[in-house]
Amino acid sequence: MSRKETGGFKRSYNDKIFDVADTVILVVLLFVFLWPLWFVLIASFSDYNAVASGQVFLWPKGLTLGGYQEVFKYDTLWRGYANTIFYSVVGTTVNMIMTVCCAYPLSCKDFKPRKVIMYVLMFTMYFSGGLIPTYLVVKSLGLLSTRWAMIIPGAVSFYNCLIVRSYFMNSIPTELKEASTLDGANAAQYLVKVVLPLSKPVLAVVALYYFVGHWNDYYNALIYIYDKDLYPLQSILKNLLCDVQSTMDMGGMDTEFLSQLYARKQIMKYSVIIVSMIPVLMIYPFVQKYFVKGVMVGAVKG
Amino acid sequence: MAKRNAGIVKKKAPLSQRIAKELRHNWILYLMILPVLIYYIIFSYTPMYGITIAFKDYKVKQGILGSAWVGLKHFKRFFGVYNFTNLLKNTLTLSIYSLLVGFPIPIIFALILNYSTKPVLKKATQMISYAPHFISTVVVCGMLQLFLDKNTGVFNSVRALFGLEGISFLSNEHMFKHIYVWSGVWQGMGWSAIIYISSLAGVDYELHEAAIIDGASKIQRMRYIDIPSITPTIVMLLILQLGGLMSVGFEKAYLLQNSLNSPASSIISTYVYEQGLTNASYDYSTAVGLFNTVVNVILLVSSNTFSKKVLNESLF
Repeated sequence: MSRKETGGFKRSYNDKIFDVADTVILVVLLFVFLWPLWFVLIASFSDYNAVASGQVFLWPKGLTLGGYQEVFKYDTLWRGYANTIFYSVVGTTVNMIMTVCCAYPLSCKDFKPRKVIMYVLMFTMYFSGGLIPTYLVVKSLGLLSTRWAMIIPGAVSFYNCLIVRSYFMNSIPTELKEASTLDGANAAQYLVKVVLPLSKPVLAVVALYYFVGHWNDYYNALIYIYDKDLYPLQSILKNLLCDVQSTMDMGGMDTEFLSQLYARKQIMKYSVIIVSMIPVLMIYPFVQKYFVKGVMVGAVKG
Repeated sequence: MAKRNAGIVKKKAPLSQRIAKELRHNWILYLMILPVLIYYIIFSYTPMYGITIAFKDYKVKQGILGSAWVGLKHFKRFFGVYNFTNLLKNTLTLSIYSLLVGFPIPIIFALILNYSTKPVLKKATQMISYAPHFISTVVVCGMLQLFLDKNTGVFNSVRALFGLEGISFLSNEHMFKHIYVWSGVWQGMGWSAIIYISSLAGVDYELHEAAIIDGASKIQRMRYIDIPSITPTIVMLLILQLGGLMSVGFEKAYLLQNSLNSPASSIISTYVYEQGLTNASYDYSTAVGLFNTVVNVILLVSSNTFSKKVLNESLF
């Protein structure tokens, strides 16, 4: 009896330490996730000299909109922004149509070539031609340095098809299909009127994946786009943020003026990051609640 | 009735008729999947055929078919190139380091979240932990450049508070792997944890109740109930990760690369890009890429086979 009690005491004591440690770790992690983003936000509103000298850490200092004024004057960036909106909207539309066209037949049990097609497409997930062979195909189709090079080579991702397919198979009751067949609906009517409205959560998640993929796409532009007018936002961000050279080359001019210019340019980098993230941040809260579902459905073995 | 008769007779119609019937019955489905198949034939299977240029002396004018076969010439060249071991070493260092750190951390994070007694904190941390996943590689690299700047970066400002001198993190080849891996952890850990969080939520609570009655502490419950319950998920994801061991993210390495850290940041995928698009040696670059893919496939298949035999879990 007494042993059990001490055991119990020890347990609750251990568990208390555990709970405290657990909470501390979570608070630290919350800070780790949030702080870099928070810092970019406050730095974008702060005076650059305060940022550079390390006075900005948790709150903005010397409030200014200079960075944002600089961003609004930067035409190249806005052209990239417009291009990216085009690539993301058109690209995601194409992606969603293709994904449903792929996922729905593969979810129908009476579709005979289902298994063969599954294997054929699954293979592409593990083995691909690689950079140059794909580049040569895109080139031979005449897509190089056109807007379509940002959309067509990535028209569908089989991984996302699998997510949608398993949702169709596992979350839509088969009775509905029987009922609608009895009512004389064909496969297309059933898909549009019954399946798609019932699949909104998974479609929202997959659309978000695609949209963010397009929004953040730098790779395709690097390889396929040579025309600067067609550059997406990320290519322009790359030149702005990751080019060490551009910030160092300044010599022989009025130093006071130059250091001002430099400061504005540096602060603009923070502002640009914020401006570039706005659309994704706007969609994020709406779709966020479906994430867990989307990821879990995708984990179901194909 | 008709169906039952067909079953009794058991005489199959000729193949062409059966195909015609299937097509008539499911024509909508065939029509839907057609563009998808065309897409995969053009953008996945045609490039697979294009891999043959790895064994050829590719001349643009002569095309893939017309170019002369050269056997393993490009592979031999790659294995003999002066920085071959360096490329391989960097690729493996980054990928193994990423795996060792990036794989267990989301599992631990999910367990910690699962045992949190503060619902609001738990929810907030979980929600915010996904956010970095949605930030583009370009922006992450830009943030790294800004934060790690030798004179103005906030990391060096913090170091200055402790009287330490500024370091040019990104110009240091020894720092590169840590920057690469830990920024990857920051970006990916919340997202990768989702799957474990969901598996943990699915663990039968009766097991926990029984364990509590038996006097198990939280750590013991974690060790003997939760971890065994999510092992299948862990194994499945581990196989997938092993299969991608050689495909270290091109973008981040490419974007963070500069002349000073390149001894550590040149990896196979950046080399493929350099050779293929900067130098336009299509055939050679394809050979290097193929080497990489083949190693990946071998790793995937062998880890899958291993886990099928030893753990009875497998992906395919």
